[in-house]
Amino acid sequence: MKDKNELIKEQILYQSKVNVRKCMRCGKCSGTCPAYDEMEYHPHQFVYMVETGDIEPLLNSESLYKCLTCFACVDRCPRGVEPAKIVEAVRLTVIRQQGKNKLKPDDIPDIIDGEIPQQALVSAYRKFTK
Amino acid sequence: MQKIGVFVCHCGTNIAATVDVSAVAAALSAEPGVVFAREYQYMCSASGQDLIKDAIKEKELTGVVICSCSPRMHEATFRKAAASAGLNPYMVEIANIREQCSWVHKDKQSATEKAIILGRAAIAKVALNTPLKPGEIPVTKRALVIGGGIAGIQTALDIADAGFEVDIVEKKPTIGGKMAQLDKTFPTLDCAACILTPKMVEASQNEKIRIYSYSQVEAVGGFVGNFTVKIRKKARYVDETKCTGCGLCTEKCPVKNVPNEFNLGMNERHAVYIPFAQAVPKVAVIDADCCRMLKDGKCGLCSKLCGAGAIDYKQEDEIIENKYGAIVAATGYEPISLDKFDEFAYSKSKDVITSLQFERLMNAAGPTGGVLLRPSDNKHPKTIVFVQCVGSRCEAHAKKGKEYCSKICCMYTAKHAMLTREKYPDTDVYVFYIDVRTPGKNFDEFYRRAAEEYGVHYVKGMVGKICAEGDKLKVQASDLIADKQLHIDADLVVLAAAIEPDKSARPLATLLTASMDTNDFFTEAHPKLRPVESPTAGVFLSGCCQGPKDIPETVAQAGAAASKVIGLLCKDKLTANPCVAHADELMCNGCSTCENVCPYHAITYIDKEFKMPDRTVKVRRVAQVNPAVCQGCGACTVACPSKAMDLYGFSGKQIYAEVDAICR
Repeated sequence: MKDKNELIKEQILYQSKVNVRKCMRCGKCSGTCPAYDEMEYHPHQFVYMVETGDIEPLLNSESLYKCLTCFACVDRCPRGVEPAKIVEAVRLTVIRQQGKNKLKPDDIPDIIDGEIPQQALVSAYRKFTK
Repeated sequence: MQKIGVFVCHCGTNIAATVDVSAVAAALSAEPGVVFAREYQYMCSASGQDLIKDAIKEKELTGVVICSCSPRMHEATFRKAAASAGLNPYMVEIANIREQCSWVHKDKQSATEKAIILGRAAIAKVALNTPLKPGEIPVTKRALVIGGGIAGIQTALDIADAGFEVDIVEKKPTIGGKMAQLDKTFPTLDCAACILTPKMVEASQNEKIRIYSYSQVEAVGGFVGNFTVKIRKKARYVDETKCTGCGLCTEKCPVKNVPNEFNLGMNERHAVYIPFAQAVPKVAVIDADCCRMLKDGKCGLCSKLCGAGAIDYKQEDEIIENKYGAIVAATGYEPISLDKFDEFAYSKSKDVITSLQFERLMNAAGPTGGVLLRPSDNKHPKTIVFVQCVGSRCEAHAKKGKEYCSKICCMYTAKHAMLTREKYPDTDVYVFYIDVRTPGKNFDEFYRRAAEEYGVHYVKGMVGKICAEGDKLKVQASDLIADKQLHIDADLVVLAAAIEPDKSARPLATLLTASMDTNDFFTEAHPKLRPVESPTAGVFLSGCCQGPKDIPETVAQAGAAASKVIGLLCKDKLTANPCVAHADELMCNGCSTCENVCPYHAITYIDKEFKMPDRTVKVRRVAQVNPAVCQGCGACTVACPSKAMDLYGFSGKQIYAEVDAICR
C-alpha cells in the first residue's frame, strides 16, 4: 500500500509529464525567475522536493500562488526539466480539493491595477477554479 | 571429409551468466562435420589459444568455429592462433554469442537456444570456407595531416622526426590554429605564443614537412597505404615564393574596415593582410570579398607598392594531387554560436563576450594590446561575471547547446579569473558554476588557487538572465548554497561557450569514409584500446576532432597518432584482405551495374576474347576487380543481376548455408 505522499508525487509527475530526475541542480531556473523574492520555495526547490518526496511543505506554501507561470524557467532550463509545470501540478493538487479555491471571481477587480503585468493576470485566472 | 572443431568461450561471466555454455558445446558437437567441441573460461587467453592449437594438430581440424565475442574484438587473435598451428587462418569462423546474444538477452533458456543457432550457422559456413591467401600491397611512405593547429603540427613534427615525409593541409592562411589565439595556458600559465610559435617555425623549416596553407582537401581516393588526395590550394593573390612578409601592403591597403577574424571581430584589418605577426607562412593574403581591385578592378595599390612583385591578381585556385600512405584528421574545434542564448544578451551587448574573445583582450598582441578594456567604451571593467557551461551539458536534442561537457572551460575560466585578479586586484570577479570539473595533473590545485589566493568569488549556481541597462549589465543569478537570487551590476560578462567540432569535419569524414558520432566528433576504432585510430584503415585522429581536449592531452594524442602512422609507414608491404570480390566472366553480361555501385572504384570493364563452342572467337565486355582496391563490402554482389559477382570468404553459397542453418 502506497502512502498518501507517494500517491501525490505520482499524480504530480503524471500531470506535469516532467522527469524530475533530469535536473542537474544548476539553479538556472531560480536564477531566471522574476518572482524569486516573493517565493518561499523556489523553482529548483520545487523540482528537488518533488523528486525526494518532500511535498507537504509545498502544498502549504504561498509560493504556489506567486509563480507567474511566465515559463522563463521552462525556456531556459538546459536539461529540459520544465520546473513551471511541476509548480502548476502541485498547485492543481491543492486547488482541486473542495474548498481550496485561492481566488474568487469577485476578488479579481480589486487586485487589478495599472502596474499588474498581463502575465500575472492570466496566470491568476488560471489558478481560479469553480 | 570435414573435421570441424567448436570452441565455446565463457568470457568470464559475460557469456556464461546468460548462456549455458556446456549445453551449447554439447548441442554443437552433434552438428555434421564437427569432431571436437570444448568450452573454456577465456578462449582468448594463452591457455585458451593453446587449446585451439592443440586440437587443430591432434584432431587434424579442417575448420574452426569459435563461439565468443564479436569478430571485431578477437577474430585476428584466433586467426593468428590457427595459422600458428598450421591451419589456413581463413578457415576460422566466429559466432558472436556475446554482443549479439548474452549481452542483449536476459532469459538464459532462449539465449542458449540462440547461441546454438548462431554456432550452427557458423559451422555451416565454415564447411564451405576455402583457404585464402592474402596478397600484399605497397605503402606510400608519406603522411597527410589535415589541420594545422597544435594537434596537426605536433603530429607532423613527430612523423617527420621518424624520417618520414609529411604534408600539412591548413584551411586558414596560417598554421597555428586556436592555440595561436590564446594568451596564457593552464595550469602553468606559460604564454601560448612562446611555446607554440617555435613549433610552427620548426614545422616550416623541417625539410620533411610541406605546409599547404589556405588549402583544403577536395577528394580522397584509394585505401590504407595508397591514398590519392586532391588538395585545393586557394588563390591568395600573393606569390608565396616572392612575398617577404614585410607587411607594407597590409599597412597601405585603403580597405581597412574588415572585421579581423583573428581577434574575433573586435578590431579591423585591411583587405590584404597577414593574420598575425608570427604567422607561418608569413605571407600576405588578399581577401577577395573585400579587395577593390578584385571586386571592381580599381585600386592596385598593393601591387604598385610591393617591392618583391609578389601581388598577382590573376592567381587562381590550384588543384594538387598527391599520394599518401596514411591520413591524420586534426581538424580541431570551434566555440558554438551563441545566437540562440538570448538570456545572456550576447548579441545585444558588446560587453558580453566569449572566453576566446577574452583571451584576445588579455593578449599583448590583441586589439587592446593586452590591457583589459571592455569593448563598448574601452573602460576598465570593475566587476566581471564569468558564466560556465554556456551550451555545454544540455539535454539531448535541446533547441540549443550540446549534451557533452566541453571539458576545458572550468580550467580556462579559473585561468581568466586568476589573471584578472593578478593584473587588476581592484576588480571583483564572480564565476558561476554548476560543477567545477578539474581532473588533470595540477588542475584542481590551480582552481583552488584562483579561489583561495586570488579571491575569485566562486558561486554555485547559474546565471538566469542578463540585461544591458545604461553602461551596466544587470546579472540575475542564483546562489544555491545561500539560497538567494543574486543581482550583480557587472561591467563585463564572459561566457564559457561550449565547443563543437570544426564545420569542415563532417564533409571530411565523408571523403575519408570515416565514422562520426551524433555530435560530429570522429569515432575511434575502440574507445579504450584504439583511441587514435579511426575504424577506417589508414585514417588516424589527433586532437579535438575526436572529442574535447586541452593542450596537454592534445599533444599526447598527437604523438600517439604519429606513432601509429610511423608504425604503418615503416612497413614496406601491407597484407591485403583476401575477402574481395571476383567476377565470373562466363556469367557477366557486361551491364556495368557493379562498376556504378562500387564505392572504391575497384571494378573496371575489359574486352576479352572468348572461345565459343562453335570454335569461333567472340569479344565480350566483362567486369574485372582490382583486388588491391576492393574492400570486400559486397555491394557489387548484391547489385549484379546475373549473380556473376561473388566475394571470397563470403560467397553466396556460404551465406545461404548460414541462413539455412538458422532456419533449420
